[in-house]
Amino acid sequence: MRVEKHPILGDLPQQKKVTLYYNGRPLEAYEGEPVAAALMNAGIRVFRTTAKRKEPRGIFCAIGRCTDCMMIVDGVPNTRTCVTYVKDGMRVEKQEGLVALKHTGKEAEK
Amino acid sequence: MRQIETDIAVIGAGPAGLSAAYQAAAAGAKVTLIDENKRPGGQLFKQIHKFFGSREHHAGVRGYLIGEELLTQVKESGADVMLDSLVYGLLPDKSVGVIHEGLNYSVKAKKIIIASGAKENYMAFPGSTLPGVMGAGAAQTMINVNRVLPGKRILMVGSGNVGLIVSYQLMQAGAEVVALVEGAPKIGGYGVHAGKLRRAGVPIYVSHTIKQVYGKEEVEGVQIAALDEHWNMIEGTEQDFDVDTVCLAVGLNPMTELAWMVGCKFDYIPAFGGHVPLHDRNMETTVKGVYVAGDITGVEEASSAMEEGNMAGVAAAESLGYLSHEEAAVKKEQIQNRLNVLRSGVFGERRKSSKEKQLADMESYQKGEMTR
Amino acid sequence: MREGVAYTGVPSKEELRQAPGVPSQERMRQGRVAVIECVQEIPCNPCESACRFQAIHIGEQITDLPRIDEEKCTGCGACVAACPGLAITVVDKSYSETEGTIDFPFEYLPLPQKGDQVEAVSRGGEVVCPARVLSVKKPKSYQGTAVVSIAVPLEFVDEVRSIKRLCRS
Repeated sequence: MRVEKHPILGDLPQQKKVTLYYNGRPLEAYEGEPVAAALMNAGIRVFRTTAKRKEPRGIFCAIGRCTDCMMIVDGVPNTRTCVTYVKDGMRVEKQEGLVALKHTGKEAEK
Repeated sequence: MRQIETDIAVIGAGPAGLSAAYQAAAAGAKVTLIDENKRPGGQLFKQIHKFFGSREHHAGVRGYLIGEELLTQVKESGADVMLDSLVYGLLPDKSVGVIHEGLNYSVKAKKIIIASGAKENYMAFPGSTLPGVMGAGAAQTMINVNRVLPGKRILMVGSGNVGLIVSYQLMQAGAEVVALVEGAPKIGGYGVHAGKLRRAGVPIYVSHTIKQVYGKEEVEGVQIAALDEHWNMIEGTEQDFDVDTVCLAVGLNPMTELAWMVGCKFDYIPAFGGHVPLHDRNMETTVKGVYVAGDITGVEEASSAMEEGNMAGVAAAESLGYLSHEEAAVKKEQIQNRLNVLRSGVFGERRKSSKEKQLADMESYQKGEMTR
Repeated sequence: MREGVAYTGVPSKEELRQAPGVPSQERMRQGRVAVIECVQEIPCNPCESACRFQAIHIGEQITDLPRIDEEKCTGCGACVAACPGLAITVVDKSYSETEGTIDFPFEYLPLPQKGDQVEAVSRGGEVVCPARVLSVKKPKSYQGTAVVSIAVPLEFVDEVRSIKRLCRS
């Protein structure tokens, strides 16, 4: 739920609305906001499950430290959604356990 | 790998890093300020309450407005700001490994200022890993920066200033705070912050803790219980609350990885959140040319972080000859006086004595090095 | 349960009696005066510089408790929004034969409107009595804080410090 009105910060500023896909379902989000915030706004709280016990995890630290909010973003697993920012058409999927990174073969060039 | 050369690399663009970058760049040094986030400010922009202290500390001004002013100063000072840039390593030759947009950079600096901040502590209880249990600072980021409510009905754990202030701000954002729970027999933070909650009808349970959080996939309720003088739960004192969110404000710990990596010597000071690098009055660590500022030196608050940043920025600029010793001495004395004020009074005593211990340990370390 | 602000968040009667920022009953009966319920030594002094009548004194040691000069205080209220702790109200027990007023800081939405009937609450958040809103001020210089003035029966003036938050609809 958005904080539309705020006694100190004033009304929510106008921002560019884009579409984010969560498990294929379109959600409205603001361009440039953290993916985690957009999901939280849509009422989605379970972001991933743990590898061994399949327990649900959601946002804990929101500053990129705890890794509880990792999801698959545009095909890249283990992405910290609290420090990944929304782009139009971005596809986000709930992550089950840990997922191995795919090597692109381009790493050495960088 | 791309190379960047600079006089002073400042790692972290929170209150300490911004202040350090401003002081050093204003003195004429070439400064590169590096931060992982897309927006600078660290945790300053989520602080929407009016700050304490005196006029020199911007007292009475809301934190995010202080942040905007500081940001303008940094921009005008000519410091280079590298955002969206993750520092993954700090080598003894003072080169900083940075990833920016998937590319690898090496920032080679004459002096380094680490202002990496702190992260929130976690607390274990049955149900503590359920989605809906989150750091109080995380909730504060969500409401004040991202403008999203983390929940409708919230229970707060911890009565330090973070727990008290975030509870108040959750209500300002439109959530209900059903109770605040504190394990100690006393409220940890300022009484005036607690007073705001009480006037708003929020009960504060001292000598209480969380027994468990219920829920299948996410938080559906919470049970608290009273604690005896040995911090054991007293059976039969359980109370249930219907909540969708539990926030933990149970302290922070310094993010010290880079200081360890570069070989700094450490102290263990529980009042500062655990392991903290030794440093002298110039904020210089046991590794020459590596300075620290803000919560990494011991968790305090934004006002002292800014002053420590000022100190590190001035000292680093002085060491490179951008400030004369006389000019630097005047600035450092003013900064030190402001820091002393922030560590005064009943709430500052522990931080004051902890800082004195840290400085004393640094001195004995330096003496030991000299005689070796 | 133990009394006092450090245990409950509500200053005890004794703490308030000893607070140098709380003026005398006699002064409150003469007219508007600032009531500074600051009972802990924290490093903070914006109230001192907010007062252009030099009626609030803290001094060099900024952890000292603010002292109110009853004679100099005009009850202007400039300190109310300046206090980061929201611990200052302006009280007037001379408002009418039967009513007194309290001006207090308020930082929630929605704001009450002039003329509204609201519920006055105590320092501990209990509803004390009905209150009538006399004015709501929120100039830019208050940085988002509103100062609300309410009238309540005289016998409740010492007890009332805020109002119950209104429903966000």
